[in-house]
Amino acid sequence: MHYIGKIPDGVMYTKEHEWVKIENAQGIIGITDYAQHALTDVVFVELPQVGKKAEQFKPLCVIESVKSVSDIFAPMSGSVVEVNNNLSDNPEHVNQNPYGNGWIVKIKISNESEVKNLMKAEEYKNYLEGLKH
Amino acid sequence: MTEVNNNLKSTPLLNEHVKLGAVMVPFGGWNMPVQYTNVIDEHLATRTKVGIFDICHMGEFLVSGENSEEFLQRLVTNDISRLEIKQACYNCLCNENGTVIDDLFVYKLEEKEFFVVVNASTIEKDFNWFVKHEIGNVELKNLSENIGKIDLQGPYAESTMQKLTDFDLAKIKRFRCEKIIVNGIDEQILISRTGYTGEDGFELYFSPKNAVLMWNMLLKAGEEFGIKPCGLGARDTLRVEACYSLYGHEINESLTPIEAGLGFVVKFNKDFIGKKVLLAQKNNGPEKKLICFEMTEKCVPREQYPIIAGNNQVGFVTSGTFSPTFKKGIGMGYIKSELSNIGGEISILIRGKEYKGVVVERPFYKYKGGK
Repeated sequence: MHYIGKIPDGVMYTKEHEWVKIENAQGIIGITDYAQHALTDVVFVELPQVGKKAEQFKPLCVIESVKSVSDIFAPMSGSVVEVNNNLSDNPEHVNQNPYGNGWIVKIKISNESEVKNLMKAEEYKNYLEGLKH
Repeated sequence: MTEVNNNLKSTPLLNEHVKLGAVMVPFGGWNMPVQYTNVIDEHLATRTKVGIFDICHMGEFLVSGENSEEFLQRLVTNDISRLEIKQACYNCLCNENGTVIDDLFVYKLEEKEFFVVVNASTIEKDFNWFVKHEIGNVELKNLSENIGKIDLQGPYAESTMQKLTDFDLAKIKRFRCEKIIVNGIDEQILISRTGYTGEDGFELYFSPKNAVLMWNMLLKAGEEFGIKPCGLGARDTLRVEACYSLYGHEINESLTPIEAGLGFVVKFNKDFIGKKVLLAQKNNGPEKKLICFEMTEKCVPREQYPIIAGNNQVGFVTSGTFSPTFKKGIGMGYIKSELSNIGGEISILIRGKEYKGVVVERPFYKYKGGK
């Protein structure tokens, strides 16, 4: 069985392996345990500017491992209100704690109904198990 | 994450890589491990302990006969007449126009017998070039299918290897080789104190049938020193820190060894293919030069990113990475010669944004020898 990783409840998931925790019309966004494991050594996160518009499932920022450059897609539309500046000195937090201090950006959600396009923990787990690798 | 692509050639160690959970990728027509755990761990294991690399994909030729030295002297850029028996040197193989067909190592095994190690993706091209320039009384053999190769690199490479042989490995100096008996292996193997990581260590050549045994014996022997199997990912970051050229990146058929900063392996006291162009280029100075640079802003420079100075593109990156040793972005690239001075400020254009960097002396990581 391939690596599935931790899939906590209480957050919503995308097919591109981002998660979003929705609270008071704001969304905290990161990548999943599965994603950080697949990327392995995260060495750089190109954080967006505060104020940047996020569009659901469109590229929001970029994450780099030693060998790869990957887009992070916005799980929901909105605008960036905060970024995790600690990642510029400690990008490895994304690997070590992807749902905790490895969070990436916080957005003000513009359309809460988009949540219907996301997966709950159980659905994401089934989705991962159905992937070839 | 392990997936096997059947259209590619595999080394005899494929099953070992799969068992170790390696991520396999296509490289030069071969299905090779890019990493087992992660690039940084494997890189640092080689810098501080010992790393083991499957290099069975590379090519090997045997050049022998009365005119073997004369033949090779005309093809390669370094002066192999200066080699003693059991000594090796780095070379470029150039076209008439001085550009690089391949880079290769030449080992002088006997007075009239040379062992040539070439890149995996250029085996056929190189061998055809050799055959085309044959001069009589030279025997050429392409042994690539019949030789397995493992690299053992790092400060504990010698301690690891010494557990498997009675031969005193301290006697093999840098760029020297020996044929030795390895306990449990039914043939003499060729071992050289050479490598592609910037660390002390060895390259081992043997029959492919012994590859699995060799690999597992080395992994076991190195266990007490913290050995790690290392993929092509770490091989690349290690060689970039050591500023070793990779064929197809820093050198290719449109670049010359003079431009690539490899003038030290181009010897003009002899005749060789490409000499005229290279001598003129050396005397006049090339228009562009390979530089090493490090980033002063956080970012990862990568191949083909533009190098910027004074709002203009003045060059391009040939290899770039996050350096696991120095914890910053580093790279090599070509730049107009007048801008190649050490300390010169440059920028790298990454996704439309300029990141600051500076031209530094090569290499980033200096060879220190054994522990």
